[in-house]
Amino acid sequence: MNGIIQVKNLSKSYWRNSLEIPVLRDITLDVQEGEFLALMGPSGSGKTTLLNLIAGIDRPTNGEVTVAGTNIAKLGESALAKWRSSNVGFVFQFYNLIPVLTAFENVELPLLLTKLSKSERKKHVEATLNIVGLGDRMAHYPKQLSGGQEQRVAIARAVVTDPVILVADEPTGDLDRKSAEEVLTLIDRLNKEFKKTIIVVTHDPHAAEKASRKLHLDKGDLV
Amino acid sequence: MKAIKLIFRNALRHKLRTSLTILGITIAIIAFGLLRTVVTIWYSTVDATMANRLVTRQSVSFIFPLPFSYKDKIESIDGVKNVSGAVWFQGVYKDKSNFFARVAVDDNYFEVYPELLLSKQDFENYKKQRNACVVGSQIAKQYNFKIGDQIVLEGDIFPGRWEFEVRGIYQPKNKNTDATQMLFHLDYLNERMKEETPARANQVFWYMVQVNDPNRSAQISNQIDALFKNSTAETKTETEKAFTQGFVSASGAIITAMNWMSFMIIGIILLVVANTMIMSARERTREYAVFKTLGFSALHLTGLILGESMLIACLGGGLGVALIFPIVKGFEEAMPKGFFPFFFVEPITIVLAVIAILIVGLLAAIFPIQRALATKIVDGFRFVG
Repeated sequence: MNGIIQVKNLSKSYWRNSLEIPVLRDITLDVQEGEFLALMGPSGSGKTTLLNLIAGIDRPTNGEVTVAGTNIAKLGESALAKWRSSNVGFVFQFYNLIPVLTAFENVELPLLLTKLSKSERKKHVEATLNIVGLGDRMAHYPKQLSGGQEQRVAIARAVVTDPVILVADEPTGDLDRKSAEEVLTLIDRLNKEFKKTIIVVTHDPHAAEKASRKLHLDKGDLV
Repeated sequence: MKAIKLIFRNALRHKLRTSLTILGITIAIIAFGLLRTVVTIWYSTVDATMANRLVTRQSVSFIFPLPFSYKDKIESIDGVKNVSGAVWFQGVYKDKSNFFARVAVDDNYFEVYPELLLSKQDFENYKKQRNACVVGSQIAKQYNFKIGDQIVLEGDIFPGRWEFEVRGIYQPKNKNTDATQMLFHLDYLNERMKEETPARANQVFWYMVQVNDPNRSAQISNQIDALFKNSTAETKTETEKAFTQGFVSASGAIITAMNWMSFMIIGIILLVVANTMIMSARERTREYAVFKTLGFSALHLTGLILGESMLIACLGGGLGVALIFPIVKGFEEAMPKGFFPFFFVEPITIVLAVIAILIVGLLAAIFPIQRALATKIVDGFRFVG
C-alpha cells in the first residue's frame, strides 16, 4: 500500500569547502495516512534533516519525496512555498512565534495566505485555539505565555489550515515535564481524534511512546 | 491591513533605536531643506531677471561710471524701449548692520521694472518731491517705514548726510522679486554732486536697457558696445541674467560646497536608516525563516522589510519636511536683516526632500531584503543572533 508520504532513495549531503559531508544516505520509507511516526536517533543522526526534506524546507541531494502525490523535490521555490502553506504544519522546538503578534494573530498568520474572509479566519482561529486549550489567551503576546502555552499556540498555528501532514521537531525539547506531557497529549489527540498524519523528531523515548511507529536513524542511515 | 499592522509593530519593536533613527532623519532633512533653500534662493535672483532687460556698464568694472550722455545714444538704437540710469549709493542707515540696497535711479526705472508694483498716486507723489524715496515692502515692514517718514543715510561712496522722505512703498509682483530696495531720484544725487563734487556729477554706474524683442538682445548689446568703442568709457552690455550670474558665481565655491553638502547629508541618512534596517533584519532572521516555512513568498518578505524601511524614512522625513518651514523662518530672522532679499522654501526643495526620503527608504531596504531572501530556511533556523 502506497503511503501518503513516500521517500525513495533519499540522500542529503552538505559541503564544507570541497569536502562532502553526507547527512542522509539512501533513505526509503513510506508513511501511511493517519500514521504517527517518531524519528529517533542521537544528535547528528540526520533526523531533523529528514524531517526538513519531507516538509519541503530543504532540498535533497538525490532521491524523491512525494507527499499526497506531489513530488516536492521537483517544485520551484514559489510553488514549494505555496505547497507548504496548504499541506504542511510545522511545530518547532523553540516555538518560533512572532513576538509582536498575539496568540490569535500568530495562529491567523497561515490563514492570511488563504482566500478565507476575516470572519471565517476568526472562526477557524478561535476554534483551533479552543482545541489546544488557549481560548482564554487569544489576546496574549508570546512573552505573556508560559513555554507550554507558547508551544500549544505553535501547534494551533500548525494545524489551523488543516494540513495534510504535521511535522514537529523536538516539540518537547524546551519544556518542563508537565508542559511536555500536555503537548504530547495534544499531539496524540490530533492524531487519534483528528486523524492527522504526524511525524515527530525526538530523542526522548518517553515522547516517542505516543507514536504508532518508531524509526531510528544513525549517521544518516535508517537502522 | 494585517501587513501594515505588522510593519508598524516591527518598526516599534526597538522604540529607542527607531526613535533615534527617526530623529536623525528629521534633523538631516531639516539640514537638507535649509541648505537647499539657501542655494535655490541664491540662484533665484538669477531666475528673477527679465529676458528683455540688458545692463550696460563700463567694460572695466561697474564701479567705474558712465556719462549721462550715453543715455540718449543708447535710446536711439532701434529696438530699445527704455533706458534708465542707476547709481549704487550704499550709505549707512543708523548702523552698518542695517543692510539693504540703496540705489539712485531715473524716474522711468519703474517702467523698466514692472515687477516693482507702485501705486499711481505714490509714483506721482514720488516724482513731485526732490528728496523722495520709494522703499520695498519688506524693508518697510522690517524698519517700520511709513509714507511721510524721514530716512537719513550717512553717505560713504557719496559722503555727507542725506535726507529722504518716504513717498511710496512698492510691492513685489513675484515671490522672488526683491522687495528690499530703497530707490530715490538720480537727479537729487546729481544736483548735490554738481555742487559738492562736480567731477562726479552727470554719471551713472550702469544703465538698465529695456528692449522690445528679447531675441534681439545679443544684437542690440553689440550695437551699444560698438557705439562707445574706443571712447574713454567703453561699455560692456549683457543680459540682466548674465550680469546677475556674474555676482552669483563670485560666491560659486561656497554655493557649490553647500550644494554638495546637502546631498552628502542624504547619503548620511541613507547609512543611518540602512544600519537600522540591517540590524532589524538580522535580528529577525529566524522569523523570516518562519514566514517562509509557513508559505509566505519572497514578495511578502520584501513588502515587510521595504514597508518598515519606508515607514521609518517617511516618519522621520515627514517630520523633517514639516519642520523645514518654521526652521527656515527662524533662520531668516536670525540672519542680518536684508542679507537675503527674499527667503522662502521653494517647492522644488520640498519635492527634492520627498524624493530623497523615498530613495533612502528604498535603498536602505535593499541589502536586508537581499539577505532575507538569500538565507535558506534551514540556515535561518540555525541562526543565532
